[in-house]
Amino acid sequence: MNTKSHYILSGARVVDPSQGIDRIMDIGVANGIIVDPAEITNPEIIDLAGKVVAPGFIDVHVHLRQPGNTGAETIATGTRAAAAGGFTGVVAMPNTHPCCDSAGTIELIKRDSQRHARVRVYTCGCLSKNMEGKEMAPIGSLKNAGVVALSDDGRCIQDHNLMRHVVAYAKSFGLPIMDHCEDESLKGDGVMHEGKWSVLLGMQGIPGAAEEIIVQRNIILANTIDWKIHIQHISTRESVDMIRRARARGIQVTAEATPHHISLTDECIKRFDTNYKMNPPLRTEDDRQGVIEGLRDGTITIIATDHAPHTYTQKETEFDIAPFGIIGLETAIPVCLTELYHTGILTLSELVAKFTTGPAELLGLEVGTLKNGAHADITIIDPDLEFVYDVSQSYSKSRNTPFNGMKFKGRAIGTVVNGNFVFGEKKA
Amino acid sequence: MNITWTRKDLLEIYDLTAAEIELILDTAEEFKKVCQRNVKKVPALRGKTVVNFFVEPSTRTRISFELAEQRLSADIINMAGSSSSLTKGETLLDTIKNIEALQADIIVMRHSAPGAHEFIARHTKCGVVNAGDGAHGHPTQGLLDIFTIREKFGSLKGLNVSIIGDILHSRVARSNMWGLLKLGANVTFAGPATLCPREFEEVGVRVCHNLREALVGADVVNLLRIQHERQHCGFFPSTTEYNQFFGLNNDSLKWLKPHALVMHPGPINRDVELSSDIADGERSVILEQVSNGMAVRMAVLFLTAGVL
Repeated sequence: MNTKSHYILSGARVVDPSQGIDRIMDIGVANGIIVDPAEITNPEIIDLAGKVVAPGFIDVHVHLRQPGNTGAETIATGTRAAAAGGFTGVVAMPNTHPCCDSAGTIELIKRDSQRHARVRVYTCGCLSKNMEGKEMAPIGSLKNAGVVALSDDGRCIQDHNLMRHVVAYAKSFGLPIMDHCEDESLKGDGVMHEGKWSVLLGMQGIPGAAEEIIVQRNIILANTIDWKIHIQHISTRESVDMIRRARARGIQVTAEATPHHISLTDECIKRFDTNYKMNPPLRTEDDRQGVIEGLRDGTITIIATDHAPHTYTQKETEFDIAPFGIIGLETAIPVCLTELYHTGILTLSELVAKFTTGPAELLGLEVGTLKNGAHADITIIDPDLEFVYDVSQSYSKSRNTPFNGMKFKGRAIGTVVNGNFVFGEKKA
Repeated sequence: MNITWTRKDLLEIYDLTAAEIELILDTAEEFKKVCQRNVKKVPALRGKTVVNFFVEPSTRTRISFELAEQRLSADIINMAGSSSSLTKGETLLDTIKNIEALQADIIVMRHSAPGAHEFIARHTKCGVVNAGDGAHGHPTQGLLDIFTIREKFGSLKGLNVSIIGDILHSRVARSNMWGLLKLGANVTFAGPATLCPREFEEVGVRVCHNLREALVGADVVNLLRIQHERQHCGFFPSTTEYNQFFGLNNDSLKWLKPHALVMHPGPINRDVELSSDIADGERSVILEQVSNGMAVRMAVLFLTAGVL
């Protein structure tokens, strides 16, 4: 796609929270590296007037389904969806089959990613063997194989003593913990948020307490062990409040919110559409507002999609038996611009930070910046482009989204990894 | 009242207008007369095929539907979940598509998953009648209960109806609730706190955890079956204790209005939800509910078949 490896992104509003930049300026790219535009001789000029140029967005919570469930997604299709959604890097969750509890599986994913991935794929190892929550996974070997974090996503270690050991052990290898916070006895057979709508619909509920009890456990462990525990897909106001208080005390706890918990509530389930079934479940309007407040005041530093592809056959079924989860890579920026930026809740810089500096700080990676000398990973956005999302055009292999047919304002129009356009054209 | 029925499906009373509910009840009155004749059969559904698909087992509802279909002269196929291809891994959707391909007209289904009917109704041309979907709805039971009340009182408006028991897991309570509220009755739910969620207050139901509070001034009390399994999940300590605090006996009967009706969707646990003498006593309309059920189901099948 590239005619030249030297070019200047010209005339765009550059929003780079890592440097405190939000102004119209030019960004130079040479040989895959961000450079001072003045240093490039005879560059190609790409006119991006009216557009936004930001550091490459990182999604810390993506299910690529490879190996094991390639009917729903593959590294190739998932990373193309990521590129189309404006993401230059994704953290692949470890609940593959086999799951990522051995260096061999990590090496397999890295090899397949080198061959097939459109964007950077960061691997995440399991906390426990076979994600059973009984014995510690080989965390040191996983670190050597290259994982950037650890998680049993989809499961949650119920044994607090094991969790305590895992956190302490992971600390010694410098690996952050990302936890799917869920007390299994409180979750029971629940399929949606326990509240007015589960009661009216006669469905088994998942109380907010199922998340909150584990969030509090993790805050206690993060405090006593003094290590990073990241709360995945935070969904209740109470969880946000607990994390706010913990962070004020200097405890190393971070949190992510998903675009769907920002934009949807449990009332959406009243017609039994399984595209609204995810875990943690959509909660109440008050919880949604609590999550938004957490984003606004900086309690929540990351937005992540929990992109969870499932086939049509798996998902088009009785609500009770449908799997949890929705795809989200291509709708994340549109949903967040529409719900958070155009509403005035977050500035563009604050929003970009949730996808760049937030993930970079959690993972301890030198990404999410447009500093000279950094890898040229860039997300180009048209913040005012209005469109109707049509999932039939998605690059994902799956179609399970509640956002199909909805109107949004703003989307990614170009994605650059290592200086190469992996989505969109140079002539924007 | 002059309205026409336009729905191919009966999914939940929640979806119906008050006028649509009244139309079903008026139609049921006509069919009740048919059931009392010497020849209890009309040709209304002759040439129509009704499939009774009970994925979750049922005796009384299935027999009631079957008799209703026979009295309407429909052709009937009975399928149980355990004998269907669902046990071979066929999806519910594929099973329904196969039934449709056999040119069935109406599918009467019971299923354990809330919303299962709404899901299949989106995918089939057949009429879909809900014979129970988990704890979500049991519209023909709600309608037959309301029919029975209307028959005794003439109108639902302003009546105090108290429903007692395991509200949380009860599709009967929910279907009754929507219908009663739409027709202007005052609804009270009562039961142990673990089984009677406060969230119902948000749609206008009075919720209490005390039998006396629920019964004083009530025109109708509808007692729900307590399932023994619930005590193993920690919802309440024992059926004995349940009976002590929520069972209807001759003492608690006095709290009701003198003309009040005692109802139960069955099957009853004698001396758990209510004492035997009340079940068999003059206030009880439990067996009338069963008779009325057939007339209501005839009305529902007749109306939905008219749209197909």
